[in-house]
Amino acid sequence: MSSALNSLYTELVIEHDKRPLHAGLREPFQAEVHHVNPTCGDEITLRLRLSGHGQEQRIEDVSYEAIGCAMSRAAASIMADLLIGQTVAQVEPVREHFEAAMGSRGRIEGDEDLIGDGVALLGAAKFPARVKCVLMPWKAYQAALVEIRTLEA
Amino acid sequence: MNAPSRPFDIEAIRADFPILGRMLDPETPMIYLDGGATSQRPRQVIDAEVAYLTHDNAAVKRGAHRMASAATDAYEDSRETVARFLGAPSPDEVVFTKNATEALNLVAFSLGNGDASTPAHLRVREGDEILVTEMEHHANLVPWQELARRTGATLRWIPMADDFTLDLTDLESLLTERTRVVAFAHQSNVLGTVNPVARLVEAARAVGALTVLDAAQSAPHMPFDVAELGVDFVALSGHKMLGPTGIGVLWGRYEHLAAMPPFLTGGSMIEIVHLDHSTYAEPPARFEAGTPPISQAVGLAAACDYLSALGMGVIAEHEQALTDRALRGLAGIDGVRIIGPAAGPDRAGAVSFDLAGRHPHDVGQVLDSLGLEVRVGHHCAWPLHRRFGLHGTTRASFSVHTTAAEVDALIAGVAHTADFFGAFS
Repeated sequence: MSSALNSLYTELVIEHDKRPLHAGLREPFQAEVHHVNPTCGDEITLRLRLSGHGQEQRIEDVSYEAIGCAMSRAAASIMADLLIGQTVAQVEPVREHFEAAMGSRGRIEGDEDLIGDGVALLGAAKFPARVKCVLMPWKAYQAALVEIRTLEA
Repeated sequence: MNAPSRPFDIEAIRADFPILGRMLDPETPMIYLDGGATSQRPRQVIDAEVAYLTHDNAAVKRGAHRMASAATDAYEDSRETVARFLGAPSPDEVVFTKNATEALNLVAFSLGNGDASTPAHLRVREGDEILVTEMEHHANLVPWQELARRTGATLRWIPMADDFTLDLTDLESLLTERTRVVAFAHQSNVLGTVNPVARLVEAARAVGALTVLDAAQSAPHMPFDVAELGVDFVALSGHKMLGPTGIGVLWGRYEHLAAMPPFLTGGSMIEIVHLDHSTYAEPPARFEAGTPPISQAVGLAAACDYLSALGMGVIAEHEQALTDRALRGLAGIDGVRIIGPAAGPDRAGAVSFDLAGRHPHDVGQVLDSLGLEVRVGHHCAWPLHRRFGLHGTTRASFSVHTTAAEVDALIAGVAHTADFFGAFS
C-alpha cells in the first residue's frame, strides 16, 4: 500500500466519515444552500445560523447533510466542528489557511493550532481530483454566509 | 484500400500501444481499464497523424496549391475509410464533427430547425414526441430535452427493468403516431447492456419515427454495419475507438441529410452567400462549418483500419472472455454488487459495480494506488444511477489491449480495496 494512500485515508478521516460530527439538518437556520459537484455527483445541503453583528457575529449552528466520498464527508464534519461557537471573524483565517494549504499540492504544511483535525485532510492536497471534495463544504459555508449578509443588507 | 488483416496476438497488440509501458510511480505499472472514457492509441494512429502533419498539412477545400489538394485528399480518403468501417453505402453519409456529443446535437438541432420546405418526418414540432431511454449518457439525453423545450414536443423514455436491460413491456404504448424520434444507446456506458437495436428500429418504423443510435461505446468493441442495423442516424466518438480527441462522426441516411437544415453555419458549408441570405452545400459539407479536424480525421481513419485489420468479431470475442472473467471474479468478493446484466451475448465489457456502499471515489483511489485506472462517479448517466438508488459506481472498461492478467489484477485489487476499508469498520 502506498504511503500517499495512507496519508489520504488517515484514521481521523475514516473516523469522521463513519461518525460525522454535527451531521443532520437542524432548525432554526437563516440560510440553507445546496452545492453539487457535477463531476462526481456529490452533494451537500448546509444550514447556517448566526447571532450578533459585526466583529461579534457568532456561528451558532452549522448543520448539514453530505452525500459523498469519505474525504468530503470528513471535511464537512471537521469544518462544522471548527466553525460552531466561533465568531465569523475568528474562523476567517482558519478558512483562508485551510484553502491555501489544500490548493498548494502539499507545499504548505497545515498549522494544526489553526485548523485542528483539518490537518488530517491535507493528504488530499496531493491529489488534485480530491481537492474539490474537501473544499465543497467550505464553499457551501461561504455561500450561506453571503446569503445571510445579503438578507441583512 | 482495405487494411490487411492480422492475427490476434495480444502481446503484439500491446506492443502497438506505447503508453502501456508507462509507470505511475517507480513501483507501479499502469493498468488502463478506462477505455470507456477514452481509449489509448496505437502507434499506427499516432504515426498517421504525425505523417499527415509532417507531409500534407494545409487547409482543406480551399486554395489551388498542391498542398491544399494533398490535405483535401487525406481528409476525404479518411471519410471513405470511415464509411467502409461503418458499412455506409456512401462516404457522403459520413459527417465529421467535434465528438459524438456534437453529432447528436447536430441531429437534435436540425430536426427542430426546419421550415415549411422541410419534409414532415424530419421536423419535430409542438405536440410531437421524442422517445429516449432511462439509461442514456447525458450526450443522448440533454440535446433531446433541449429539442423538446425549443419546439414544445414531449420527451418520453423507455424505463429500465431491474435486470439492467430496457423494460420494453410498454414499448408499443410509448410509441405513438406523434413520435418523431427514438434515440438510444447501442451499448450502455455504465451497464455494458447491448440494446436490442432490431426490435427498437422495427417498433420505431411502425410509427414512422426516425432512429438515432449513440454508438460511442459500441463501435470499438463489436462488428458494426449501419446497413444491417437499420437505424437512420449513428453518432460515434473518435477518442473512444482508438482515435484522436476532437473528432466524432455523424452517419446519416443520405436522403435525410439532403433534406435537413444545417446546424453550425459559416464557411465551407455554403453554396452561395448574399448579404441577406445564403444557400447551403450538399451533405456532408453542409454539416461541416469552418475548418474541420483534419489530422484527427486522418488519425480516426488509421484507427478504423487498425480495428478492421484485427477484425471486430475477434475483438468482440476477446473482450467477451475478459468480461465473463471479470464478472465471475468480482462476484466472489464480499460486498460487490455488479451494476449490469449477467454475462451473455448482449453484455459488453463495461463492468460497473458497487462495493458495500463505499463511495466510488474512495474505491477508485485505492485501485489507483495499485495502478488500476478505472472510472468513478455517475459516468454522465445520472438518471440511470438514480433509478438504481446509486450516487455513482466504479467502472472498469476493457479494450482490445486488455489482458486476462489485468482483469485478474482488477479482481485482486477490488478484494484488497474491500479489505482496506473493511479494516476500519
